[in-house]
Amino acid sequence: MARMKFLCDADRCIECNACVTACKNEHEVPWGINRRRVVTIADGKPGERSVSMACMHCTDAPCAAVCPVNCFYTTADGVVLHSKDLCIGCGYCFYACPFGAPQYPKVGNFGSRGKMDKCTYCAGGPEADGSKEEYEKYGANRLAEGKLPLCAEMCSTKSLLAGDGEIIAQIYKERVLKRGYGSGAWGWKTAYRETIES
Amino acid sequence: MSSFARFIRPAIGAWALLLLIMAAPVPSPAQQINPTASSVNEQKLLQEMDRIQGRVSIPDQRSGVLMQPAGREWREFRNVALRWIGGVAMLGMLAVLVIFYLTRGMVRLESGRSGRTIVRFNTFERFVHWMTATCFIILAISGLNITFGRPLLLPLIGFDAFSEWSQWAKFAHNYLSFPFTIGVVLIFLMWIAGNIPSKVDLEWIKRGGGLIGHDHPPARRFNAGQKGIYWIVVIGGGLVAATGYVLMFPFYVTGIEGMQMAQIVHSVVAVLFIAAMLAHIYIGTIGMEGAFEAMGSGEVDVNWAREHHSLWLDQEMARTGPNDSQPQPRHAASAAE
Repeated sequence: MARMKFLCDADRCIECNACVTACKNEHEVPWGINRRRVVTIADGKPGERSVSMACMHCTDAPCAAVCPVNCFYTTADGVVLHSKDLCIGCGYCFYACPFGAPQYPKVGNFGSRGKMDKCTYCAGGPEADGSKEEYEKYGANRLAEGKLPLCAEMCSTKSLLAGDGEIIAQIYKERVLKRGYGSGAWGWKTAYRETIES
Repeated sequence: MSSFARFIRPAIGAWALLLLIMAAPVPSPAQQINPTASSVNEQKLLQEMDRIQGRVSIPDQRSGVLMQPAGREWREFRNVALRWIGGVAMLGMLAVLVIFYLTRGMVRLESGRSGRTIVRFNTFERFVHWMTATCFIILAISGLNITFGRPLLLPLIGFDAFSEWSQWAKFAHNYLSFPFTIGVVLIFLMWIAGNIPSKVDLEWIKRGGGLIGHDHPPARRFNAGQKGIYWIVVIGGGLVAATGYVLMFPFYVTGIEGMQMAQIVHSVVAVLFIAAMLAHIYIGTIGMEGAFEAMGSGEVDVNWAREHHSLWLDQEMARTGPNDSQPQPRHAASAAE
């Protein structure tokens, strides 16, 4: 079985935000929620880098560990998903997440935040694959159709990579070797407790 | 001369240039263009301020925080430390109370009942007490559910039932926080006068408060133990209320780190508060004869007041006299036993 991961090659990201737009469109993500965003560090200064970030589908995911109702589960592909039927909107996953992935549709309305929403790695939720209920709650299930997450699939500079961790790490290593530099796989140490040596 | 200089100058220049090129090390193509040499570095940024923040072009500016691994320590606290602190505090208190009850037993009215009563808490005081107490019990159960429900209750009732119950418990926790906070404020205001520590309290503590042995040290309206409970309620209640509202209104006061800290303070104070309240409930019910009436009917037996609050009784007697104008059948009957 593959272990699905995301890898953003920050040396290639041009901050076009197409991944953000594609994600919002593909899943009809509610207004005010962004499952993916592009963060520009040291904006306008020498050495500026942009990183596209969403849920990293961590190994031993912190969100799953702290959830009071245990609504998270990890698929055979290593994708961290959750059940909106079980979620009580307490906000704990959001305190624990290092990447700011969990979001709530109704922030601050006397604590009735609503059901948490986050990146599903285009893998839907616990409902039947490709069903209407699944689409309404979690968005499209591309993985079930044999496709990879749309954000990475349509990245114009192929900065954002999605797929089996070993394969995308290999692609990144080859890139670094060929061009002679690389600022590393952002978030990998935090999410997967490993780095890509180059 | 000038023609010679015109000839020699470019020649020297050409030589100098050639020497310079030969002296310089041959740069590899990779080093020639290495944009990462000056670029931002993940590990360095994380070491500098344990989080990485940048600019985003979407309206939600809070999403500008790229990474903050601080959640890891919070996770450790929530899943390990808190369960130990809460478990030891609450089970420890229960064990102490059970041992105390088995060895000391109920603190009896040594002089029996007089049949005459004196008003200890008026209707408003009792209303505030029970409003706060009811809210506290529901808040405590729904709060403990968040920390201990997953390992203890979820395996028993299953995912769907546990989630449904937790959802209602969360709503109860959020909404009952308001009457609870009002109760804490009212308790603070209405009993502050009797709860300033004084020299009488030192004497009371020195003599074991009548809990150890069968001594009855003098006390005013509230003894040192009750003053302790009062300040636990006021300070503890104030802390859980303040930190609770920080969590209920995310980002109004503080960011993620602030909310992690707020949750830590909220939960630790809450479990200690619950442990303290177990002792309060014990001494107010099965722990002491005649104590529950103070918050039940609001009137206590004069003998109870003499044994436990002698200075207060003297003061009240001087002011109004005992409440013996009304017939007291229940108390008279128990006094006759």
